[in-house]
Amino acid sequence: MTHNLRAETITMTGHGGDSIEAYLAVPTDVESCGSVVVIHHMPGYDEATKEIARKFAANGWAAVMPNLYHREAPGADPDDAAATARASGGVPDERLVGDVAGAMEFAKSLEISNGKVASIGYCSGGRQSLLAGCRLPLNAVINCYGAYTVIDSPAESPLRASAIVGEVGGLTGPLLGLFGADDQYPSPEQNEILAEALRAAGKEFDFRTYEGAGHAFFNVDRPSYRPESAVEGWRVIFDFLGKHLG
Amino acid sequence: MCTYQTETVEVRASGKSTEGWLPLTSATVYFDHPVHFPSGHALMIDVRNADRGPGARLALEMDAPSARALAEAILQTLASVPEDLQRDSLVKHP
Repeated sequence: MTHNLRAETITMTGHGGDSIEAYLAVPTDVESCGSVVVIHHMPGYDEATKEIARKFAANGWAAVMPNLYHREAPGADPDDAAATARASGGVPDERLVGDVAGAMEFAKSLEISNGKVASIGYCSGGRQSLLAGCRLPLNAVINCYGAYTVIDSPAESPLRASAIVGEVGGLTGPLLGLFGADDQYPSPEQNEILAEALRAAGKEFDFRTYEGAGHAFFNVDRPSYRPESAVEGWRVIFDFLGKHLG
Repeated sequence: MCTYQTETVEVRASGKSTEGWLPLTSATVYFDHPVHFPSGHALMIDVRNADRGPGARLALEMDAPSARALAEAILQTLASVPEDLQRDSLVKHP
């Protein structure tokens, strides 16, 4: 593997037939590969998450990351777009699922695609990745420390995120969950509730909880970065993709 | 964590951005991951003018004690100003 890739901004069709911006990263040193829909965190469609998309491509997987805030703030700086989206109530679940479905179709249409698609999301995107997995025929799903999967967000908050533990019966692919032991949102106890629901539904899943790590331990540009957990987490992710998207 | 808790208030204000002074109409306050402030979480304030687009925004990120100190300083300042002067800030001039 040479880690050669091509990365660019593209336009794709999202929920409701809307044209939205997305970031595409594709390996150029393989003949065929699976794809990953990357769901960015609440701070937005930012440089750090584009780097994550490129990391997938460098390791042999096509990555499509829709800009979930494109409608509210086309062309805006990522932090301004995130502030605008927050002020207007965040991304509705139905729209998120529609955008991930659009990204799936776009990924499958790539000449290099082997037809298999996974989703991965970080932070709020972790919950959204699980949500998409419950409602769309994804081949594999990865949830990185997504909160509010088994409890609702605070009732008084204008940003609504309702528990999705009741939907896990809809998962069509295996689920990988990567969490920090020191995180409280989601807490290890909440992740165990999710695990119980997955067991009860007979779903294949693999949860890893890293000691010494809290929330957002993959974020290389933030103080929450925990290199040992992140390096191991990336190894687990690539093994998981190799097993289910290869 | 990403806290979803967000307080939104309407404001009548002016602020200075990279594009110069502009009228501001709303503020959102939340505690979440900062973009620039070197901590995992911070108190965030966005003062915005939605009609002028996403870039019409003044953003602050600070630690919790700083936020409390700022809030107390604002309240203390207002408490020390005669009410007629405070009313003057409500007068709209063309």
